[in-house]
Amino acid sequence: MLWACILLPQLALDSVLRARDDPDTPLVLLSGPAQRRVLQAVNLPARALGLRAGQSLSTAQALAREFVCVEHDPAAVEQLQQLLAAWAYRFSGQVSLHYPRALLLEVQSTLGLFGPWPAFEARLRAELTDLGLRHRIVLASNPVAARMLANAHDGLAASCAQTTRQALLQMPIDRVGLPADAAKAFERMGLRRLDQVLALPRDTLARRFAAGVQLHLDRLFGLRPMALACYLPADRFDARLELNFDVESHQALLFPLRRLIADLAAFLASRDGGVQRFILHLEHAAGLPDTEVAVGLLAAEREAGRLFELARGRLEQLQIVAPVRNLRLCAEDLPAFVPQPGELFNARPQQQQNWEQLRERLRARLGDEAVQGVQAVADHRPECAWRSANTTKALASSPGPLRPGWLLAEPQALPLHGLRLLAGPERVESGWWDGADVRRDYYRIETASGQRGWAYRRIGEDGPLWLQGWFA
Amino acid sequence: MGAVVSLDGLLDERRVWKGRPLAQPQGLQPTGHAALDAALPGGGWPPSALSEILLAADGCGELQLLWPSLARLTGNGERVVLVAPPYIPYPPAWQAAGIDLRQLAWIDAAADEALWAVEQCLRSGSCGAVLCWPKKADDRSLRRLQVAAETGQTLAFACRPQQAALNPSPAALRIAVDARPAQWRVLKCRGGLAPRAPIAMTGQG
Repeated sequence: MLWACILLPQLALDSVLRARDDPDTPLVLLSGPAQRRVLQAVNLPARALGLRAGQSLSTAQALAREFVCVEHDPAAVEQLQQLLAAWAYRFSGQVSLHYPRALLLEVQSTLGLFGPWPAFEARLRAELTDLGLRHRIVLASNPVAARMLANAHDGLAASCAQTTRQALLQMPIDRVGLPADAAKAFERMGLRRLDQVLALPRDTLARRFAAGVQLHLDRLFGLRPMALACYLPADRFDARLELNFDVESHQALLFPLRRLIADLAAFLASRDGGVQRFILHLEHAAGLPDTEVAVGLLAAEREAGRLFELARGRLEQLQIVAPVRNLRLCAEDLPAFVPQPGELFNARPQQQQNWEQLRERLRARLGDEAVQGVQAVADHRPECAWRSANTTKALASSPGPLRPGWLLAEPQALPLHGLRLLAGPERVESGWWDGADVRRDYYRIETASGQRGWAYRRIGEDGPLWLQGWFA
Repeated sequence: MGAVVSLDGLLDERRVWKGRPLAQPQGLQPTGHAALDAALPGGGWPPSALSEILLAADGCGELQLLWPSLARLTGNGERVVLVAPPYIPYPPAWQAAGIDLRQLAWIDAAADEALWAVEQCLRSGSCGAVLCWPKKADDRSLRRLQVAAETGQTLAFACRPQQAALNPSPAALRIAVDARPAQWRVLKCRGGLAPRAPIAMTGQG
């Protein structure tokens, strides 16, 4: 088996940076108790100011003034790690988060699909860069070796046990994950590299050091297997982005929204599923209820750009009542994704959108009920003989009496003068069973100006003619 | 006594103006009315362009004019979109006219959103024909529709009251529909002279 290790050296920092659109602003992550705030991590512009990880906040403030402080949030990092596992699940059936800040992927079984390895690696790197994460990737013949080689290498591809062993033997002794006291002891014994340790007799090594040391060395060289807990994808998507400042305009929400939807798309692709409905929560300051924006689709969709376009359409109609602090995206309705078949030989060369995309676009702006079909219903009452429907079934039409093409939503009283009766009466008497009883005589009429209409008079009444349709 | 001048030379000097050849029609879109087809330069609706139908009054014949084309389009599996129609399309009559209701979509939009919806439908190129009833359409918005119809290569129909005939319009074809006598008058058609004589309406029930 071949294992790839993706090491994310500054995951905590990247998890903050990827949600911001100002990469050139100096930024530091803070952690520690209130009495002693410590810089957990710094980005490149902050490093240029002389700030270093491990400095106390007061030292940093003495060195520089213009930098942004963000609280280190282990929960957000954990969430990002879960998301990354979901992303990696697309490329391999065995993904493990055994080591912190690292992903282990079994890639031998999927090399046929994504390989050869250089192409596979390039793809992983491209997607990680898109997700906004620094990374190191190493390939080795067992998971422990892959993780430890990633400490010192980037881009190393040891594709068999022999080359993995060669690479491991050159590793410095303090970088291979041995317990700290054992590593220090080896160093004091003058053993700087792993090959020097391996040259020692095995039994003396076992006598002098704890059992864990030998076990770790055996696992490193693949002599003993290691049980890894593998990642299982979740059934729902729930991600939250803290904005850190109050947002009152749609425009400022679009950037974090794009991030969230890109995450959703990565999650969906890993499930090979789509999303049918998701809810965007705009969280306000404490005490105010969240504003919810529900985005419903007619068919499952998973393409990030299209989802963003639809969510944006819904969001832009919204009145933001109070400043938004956090943005949260929940998706529970995750059906299987069935791609729309495209036509190979398009009748129109410039067809940019198919009908389904167009319909979603129109619904996003005009409302969910805006796009409908019409369906005939077998009923004699004209107002009951049609129904708007989203999916129209084919109904065999039977040749009946002549009916108008346009129906008025409400019948209108028609003045009698100048009218000419063309045909009629045709009696429609129906509906006694459902309370909407109708007893009418219908006439085809022509007005003085030549319009042809369809009008009725209630039976037993001598009232006006009621116009109900036009023969247009 | 004039010298013999070669025609090519004259043309190269741009002293003789040559009429532009008619743009080759990309696809024939017959209207379904033989007399009207014969009168129109392309033998039917101008393909991928806006056609304007100017009505004398409500309900005086736009459906009679369009139904044969819509029936042909839906029969071919093309989608027909009605954007904010003034009345409800009554299914029994539309079915009787041969229209496949599965291919008919009805977009409910307010007056100001309707033009946007029409433009989107036209531009997407996924519809066979788009019908609209613009309430107050100025020259600019009609031109937008015309350009969108060209981009998406879609038939566009705008039904407007006949008062609008007095204003110029960027539409490729303008037909006035008279109720009495029941007739069509071609006011403008791109690529040819509009026939003087009105055409008697056919298919009136």
